[in-house]
Amino acid sequence: MKENKKELAVAALRAGTVIDRVPCNMLFKAVRILGIEQMTNNVTIGNNLSSHRLGTKGIIKVADMEFAEDVLNRIALIAPNAKINIIRDYEVAEKRRVTLPDEIVGIVRCDNPKCISNNEPMRSRFTVIDRDDVTIRCHYCGHTVKAGDANID
Amino acid sequence: MNTNSLVSIDDISRDEILDLLERARFFEEHPNHRILQGKVVATLFFEPSTRTRLSFETAVNRLGGRIIGFSDASTTSSSKGETLKDTIKMVSNYVDLIIMRHYLEGAARYATEVTDTPVINAGDGANQHPSQTMLDLYSIYKTQGTLENLTITMVGDLKYGRTVHSLLMAMRFFNPTFRFVACNELRMPKEYRDFCDANGIRYTEHTEFDSEVLADTDILYMTRVQRERFSDIMEYERVKNLYTLRNDMLEDTKPTLRVLHPLPRVNEIDRDVDDNPKAYYFEQARNGLFARQAIICKALGIDIYKEANV
Repeated sequence: MKENKKELAVAALRAGTVIDRVPCNMLFKAVRILGIEQMTNNVTIGNNLSSHRLGTKGIIKVADMEFAEDVLNRIALIAPNAKINIIRDYEVAEKRRVTLPDEIVGIVRCDNPKCISNNEPMRSRFTVIDRDDVTIRCHYCGHTVKAGDANID
Repeated sequence: MNTNSLVSIDDISRDEILDLLERARFFEEHPNHRILQGKVVATLFFEPSTRTRLSFETAVNRLGGRIIGFSDASTTSSSKGETLKDTIKMVSNYVDLIIMRHYLEGAARYATEVTDTPVINAGDGANQHPSQTMLDLYSIYKTQGTLENLTITMVGDLKYGRTVHSLLMAMRFFNPTFRFVACNELRMPKEYRDFCDANGIRYTEHTEFDSEVLADTDILYMTRVQRERFSDIMEYERVKNLYTLRNDMLEDTKPTLRVLHPLPRVNEIDRDVDDNPKAYYFEQARNGLFARQAIICKALGIDIYKEANV
């Protein structure tokens, strides 16, 4: 019975997507990147859950929703080790990792106020210049930022 | 696809740099050629810069092209809230080439994404100013006969000075040695020191500007130390005269040493240096004309040797 209660802390989905192993301090950024705030689906967000690997972690469960791969890959920016489980009929139908794209369009706002991308109605563009510590450079003004410190739009 | 544009000196290869220098030399020998006859060039200066604009416009005029444009954005629709994209799209309908200066960083890169008309970046905020770098390279090439294996001493504002950063990056192909002379507050930023390390470029750093650091220098690149760059005004007062070049400091230097400065100069070079044969900054500005003629023809895809029948 005790075991069962533990499981209930992260209730099972009938169908949908589980985004697991999100660093706690990045959880709400991940929520924003995936546009979950605008959704009407049943969403469960857990944070500071204990994890074997990370110590603590965040988790996002979205019912009845499968994200496109390029949408999920956006969170590689802040949660490079996130694990994706696609649930169908209470079973894990697919497991996926996120991969950081070479270029990130939109999502991140350049922190240089004199950058053209902050002054024109246009989308920002960043290139990944260091995959190990996830550093990105603005395609327009050249300013670099570590993804964890990046301004998420 | 907009491929003939020149937005950043990093976009062009070693061979393209050398090719542009050859073309600049050609224009120095033949400055007046009507190879732009029938072409219209726009000079869009969203921020005033008299020196750069006059140099570009002279380059076009001497090649027989026509110019439209503005020298101050306050008289244009951008003051009514028109976007840069709309301005560029509108002007693209009229001209063969756009030369633009903008106060926002990345503006020229963005312009190349909204038009197929080639764009030359004449400075975008603190970001890039590739024609300045080309004229610096041409001045070095002309005075030293080569770009290879030179010792270049950079003095003054190495932190914010975009000309020194661009020159440093462009020299990566030519095995340079750098001496960086600046106070701590205006020291060469870490990203450029890392760039040197990553590209095997030798450099030393100095806070003292004296004849010792000049002993093996081929090119002395002076820059202006601006008061507004300092967070601590006392620090500015303390260092403002430490990085001034005096005529006697050039006495024991190499006879082939030349002093460069992107101008405007204020008091970082004493006036009596002007008459020293090692002073080169006024000729350097003149070289800007030839470098820009070369850049304009490249952007327009003009084979100058064929057009000029030589």
